[in-house]
Amino acid sequence: MCLALPAQIVDFPANEPGIAVVDVLSVERRVNVDLLRNETLAIGDWVLLHVGFAMSKVSEKDAQEQIELLMMLGEAGDAQREVAL
Amino acid sequence: MKYVDEYRDPELIHSLAAEIARVVGDRTFRIMEVCGGHTHAIYRFGLQSLLPSGIEFIHGPGCPVCVLPMGRIDEGLAIARDPRVIFTAFGDMMRVPGRNGSALEHKARGADVRMIYSPMDALALAQKNPSREVVFFAIGFETTTPSTALTLLRARALGVTNFSVFCNHILVPPAVRAVLDCGDVAIDGFIGPGHVATVTGADAYEFIPAEYHRPVVVSGFEPIDLLQSTLMVVTQLANGEAKLENEYGRFVPAKANAAAADAMDRVFAIRDTFEWRGLGMLPKSALRIRPELAAFDAEVKFSTRGVAAADNPEAKCGDVLRGLIKPPACGLFGTVCTPEHPIGALMVSSEGACAAHFKYVMQPAYAEA
Repeated sequence: MCLALPAQIVDFPANEPGIAVVDVLSVERRVNVDLLRNETLAIGDWVLLHVGFAMSKVSEKDAQEQIELLMMLGEAGDAQREVAL
Repeated sequence: MKYVDEYRDPELIHSLAAEIARVVGDRTFRIMEVCGGHTHAIYRFGLQSLLPSGIEFIHGPGCPVCVLPMGRIDEGLAIARDPRVIFTAFGDMMRVPGRNGSALEHKARGADVRMIYSPMDALALAQKNPSREVVFFAIGFETTTPSTALTLLRARALGVTNFSVFCNHILVPPAVRAVLDCGDVAIDGFIGPGHVATVTGADAYEFIPAEYHRPVVVSGFEPIDLLQSTLMVVTQLANGEAKLENEYGRFVPAKANAAAADAMDRVFAIRDTFEWRGLGMLPKSALRIRPELAAFDAEVKFSTRGVAAADNPEAKCGDVLRGLIKPPACGLFGTVCTPEHPIGALMVSSEGACAAHFKYVMQPAYAEA
């Protein structure tokens, strides 16, 4: 719950402001990007998610490091199962 | 020690550890890591074994599942037993014991309990099931609070009337103040929460040096981050300084996320007081839903009345949470209370000190499974 999950934006669904489709640990899911409304977001950008909400935009390098951290902590599998719920 | 060599830049890790040992010398410094994610990482990476004996990590109250008193769990699960209700909660909450069992046990007895990843999933369930009342058991510090706020605002905008939130959102700074004010534990410095600070901004911890004259370093979660932050804390202590530093600048800004702060302010007000497991009633330490949004407040909708429920008197969860004792000093630890059969929440959450100690100190083989 408290560790951020890195996710890459793959789509912005039509007629759904504030929603993006992301790839998060190889799971595709819709997330809320309302908190980043003051930032320019594009397909391919990386964000950090908390419980399905993008909290900050990050570089690809930082996102990859965060993925490695989740693996180091042994949390990647649980996180993947949770986002797939 | 075993784990560290598998991670990024073991040479840097060992040189940071050596530098910490040099700065600490023969002194003793007690450092509280506030965040449960840091507690997990410290155990997982075996960092204590890399450090001189003069560094003691005190595990702080920053695991929201762990500090929620049993009475709140019981109140939430009483709502779950209502046959009209679809009760939704994060995975971390599902196995936390209440007096009448956990959410998972309620599900086994027929309650409609669903594990969700996001509060948005609970709202989607409400839209799909208009004849049912969908209740979201909201829990967490400032990291998850904006998400609950935005979900509730979206429910209102969409005109969804069968969705409500049982709000257990709590705030980090009052818990830190409580630990310092109670004076039970001598703490020399703090490792500040990383991901909470992505929302609040690092400046939210300025009060620690300003009012309590203790150093605080907001930290990331990797072994290098935690060792670097420890070095920054002990260097301040050795120099007689107390200031706020941000080791996690790549993710954490100085100022709060304005959109998140705005959403939280529109939805929540600060409760006069709220009970924390181990810390008791803490003034202005938690959030409630604003009266103008009462239609989305499960406490109003289901007329909850506040249940007081004492923990098992033999369980020392409170003493562990205040840093008074380490997990093995509790008589139930590892025998009666295990991750498979938890008596207290600290043995449930991966961020709880007891679960981490059991997994990585008592049963290292279990950790590798």
